[in-house]
Amino acid sequence: MSENLNDKLDTATQALLQRTTRGRQDFETLVIVPIFAVIAALFLGGLIMLATNVDLATIGESYLALARGSVGSLPAISETLTAAIPLVLAGLGLALGFRAGLFNIGAEGQLLLGGMAAVMAGFMLEGLPWIIHLPLALLAGALVGALYASIAGWLKASTGAHEVISTIMLNLISFRLLDYLLRQPFIQKEGRADPISKSVPDSAELPRLLDWLDPNLRLHAGVFLMLAAVAFVYWLLFRSKIGFAFRASGENPHAARYAGMRSGLIIIAAMATAGALAGLAGASQVLGVLDRATPGFSAGIGFDAIAVALMGRSHPLGVLLAGLLFGALEAGGRQMQVDAGVSIDLISIIQALIIVFIAAPLLVKAIFPWGFRQRKNAKGGSK
Amino acid sequence: MDVELRGITKRFGPVVANDAINLHIRAGEVLGLLGENGAGKSTMMNILSGLYTPDEGEILIDGKSVTFEDPGDGIAAGIGMVHQHFMLVPVFTVAENVVLGVEPTGRFDYLDLKTARKQVREINDRYGLEVDPDALIESLPVGIQQRVEILKVLFRSADVIILDEPTAVLTPQEVEDFFEIVRSLRDAGKAIVFITHKLHEILEISDRISVLRHGRITGEGDPAKLTTETLAEMMVGRPVSFTVDKAAPKAGAPMLTVSDLCLLDEHDDFALDHVSLQVRSGEVVGIAGVQGNGQTELVEALTGLTRPATGTILFDGQDVTRSSVRERHRMGMAHVPEDRLRSGMIASFSVAENMVLNSYYDPTYGRGLEIDWPKAQTTAARYCIDFDVRTPSVFLPAGHLSGGNQQKMVVARELERETKLVIASQPTRGLDVGSIEYIHERLIEARDEGDGVLIVSSELDEIMGLSDRILVMFEGRIVAEFDATNGPVDRNAVGLAMAGASE
Repeated sequence: MSENLNDKLDTATQALLQRTTRGRQDFETLVIVPIFAVIAALFLGGLIMLATNVDLATIGESYLALARGSVGSLPAISETLTAAIPLVLAGLGLALGFRAGLFNIGAEGQLLLGGMAAVMAGFMLEGLPWIIHLPLALLAGALVGALYASIAGWLKASTGAHEVISTIMLNLISFRLLDYLLRQPFIQKEGRADPISKSVPDSAELPRLLDWLDPNLRLHAGVFLMLAAVAFVYWLLFRSKIGFAFRASGENPHAARYAGMRSGLIIIAAMATAGALAGLAGASQVLGVLDRATPGFSAGIGFDAIAVALMGRSHPLGVLLAGLLFGALEAGGRQMQVDAGVSIDLISIIQALIIVFIAAPLLVKAIFPWGFRQRKNAKGGSK
Repeated sequence: MDVELRGITKRFGPVVANDAINLHIRAGEVLGLLGENGAGKSTMMNILSGLYTPDEGEILIDGKSVTFEDPGDGIAAGIGMVHQHFMLVPVFTVAENVVLGVEPTGRFDYLDLKTARKQVREINDRYGLEVDPDALIESLPVGIQQRVEILKVLFRSADVIILDEPTAVLTPQEVEDFFEIVRSLRDAGKAIVFITHKLHEILEISDRISVLRHGRITGEGDPAKLTTETLAEMMVGRPVSFTVDKAAPKAGAPMLTVSDLCLLDEHDDFALDHVSLQVRSGEVVGIAGVQGNGQTELVEALTGLTRPATGTILFDGQDVTRSSVRERHRMGMAHVPEDRLRSGMIASFSVAENMVLNSYYDPTYGRGLEIDWPKAQTTAARYCIDFDVRTPSVFLPAGHLSGGNQQKMVVARELERETKLVIASQPTRGLDVGSIEYIHERLIEARDEGDGVLIVSSELDEIMGLSDRILVMFEGRIVAEFDATNGPVDRNAVGLAMAGASE
């Protein structure tokens, strides 16, 4: 009898442990909407080119160049990946913040200072073997990024200052701070009057991966860092205890507080982690591509990363895909300019259009009714 | 105006929300519509107000068949609905809210508020609503806000008024006033549909009752010939016990001792005014009182969410006045929060995630930095079975469960551990009879296992049914105490104390 009951309980438990089928709706928002958004943005981009007196043949040529420059050849793929590395790293940090309910606009500043710290660790610790030097330089970047972001986190946790405002202000401070640092004699490159830092020695550089094929291929070991970061953030958000607290606070801060989670600590920890990832993005850029720091070397990556995080729906894998797409647009955009003479600004417009379409899934569904399950009535009834 | 539903069927995918329903709504009559959550009441009313179109069947108004394409058609036909959740703009005045969307305008789209106020005042006087047209919504108590919703419907000249769970947000006194208004509307010839799952209310106010279960009408009748027992059986499909079966308490050592607890609100007034109380193991202490008299603050102080200004809290012999929420939780304090959606659960999280919401850090769910999810999920599945949480899977977002199942999930999470003290705030608010019965049984079970149980509720019936001792809170103080172990407590005396009469 009791054995019978146990059996019954077990089948009931088993039934409850069956995963609900992955919602069709998830598939729509995660896959179909972005694909259509890209198509719609490219189409509108074409219309804009038409409006600015670009003839049809050139438009066709420019989109071919976009494809060629992003995925059409080994150098193109190398450029796409190289551009994607900092975008994905910083985007992961922002996604993590979004999950914890923090709208961090400060990736740009965290990235600049993190990159600066990595450069300094590079030339100040010259002489170390690379196996120690490179990790130290990366760590310096992550640490400074984390500290800089924690300022905004600490302000929010202790005084309630809104992180959007404080991170924007911290961005402005970081721009000027970087200018100031680059003119300091122990940082500025010898014999230069303009603000530019000393170069990073080879022992702290992220090694190029494909230069044995062609010295112009810039893809560097940061790509492994990027993939590791994707896995780490996935683990952090969906497996770790602290990540559970991040997500809970982001979804419902009241319930998180009632469950005994400490919001102040969570805010600071989430900001610091996000800052560390942005700092790593900066570090990978200077150690892998730029070789030194110059004013504004970030080139807006920290802002583009916001779009990457949003487009990736704050999911690590989504961020990876979105980062690759943005990297492809950047690499392909350069080719477009060279081959078809179309302004690189057009790429910014297309990027912006993609974001707009993704942010408005209903608009995408209205334009492209195919592929979406029809739902006439609002979900309702037996709730 | 007479409205008749004939053979209305509505399906959502495989779910039949309404199954061949026949219903007759007559002018000058209150039709009580009774049913558990998910029985199909809301679907039916949404069909009637034009939000949904039925798959089969027809709607007849004064004998003529009509079809509604969108919500505007329902209003145009004279059918108005007062929703459970108010749809008012808090910073607008009553008159502005009432005319919103159908504003009387002059030349050049000039907003004629003077006319609006006059019209509002006329309706006010005709039905005895007594609402000041110039008051700001945010300054009004919930009961008055509800009257504004009724004003809105009347302003749009509705002849059929659907009231969806109108008393859920009201205090006992407000319910009485509200019933007066419903009667005056009925006497003025309006047809009223009163949707609820509260049995005594439906018996008091209705002229006719229809009971809905699993999308079908399972009973109809005259309230004079029906009792709460028969109605409950029609609604749930089995006999329901209303009195909580419980043995005499075996009260033991003090589990919770609160002395001289004070807490100030933002205006530096006493939110808690020298509150002292004791809960012993093996007894249920009920805190009665109209909402907003310090109960929320008391529970927050007891569970560690706020720090009291003065006073001490002893839990199981230890001073926990300055301990964190988590420390108290680990010591065996269970807390069922008063508002599950706001603070008891996370709607977008799965049932499994919600089940470990406040114990995920525990080594049971993984020793290191990682949560052992398979373990958490299996535990959650077991809790669901133990507490009759009806869900197809523990991976389903908790927001997809019905209110009763959500609450059972929260109660399961809190009680399925080694507990010493259970603090349950409004544990059955907004739930159907079956869930209420179940949760009450579980609370008594916790008592019989030797826990101290503290129940805070604005439902006097709930307090009376469960408590071994009753404390009454009024304006931040404990103003009265009743012992229920030697025979039932005088309900009137408790009610008077709740109103502050013992002052």
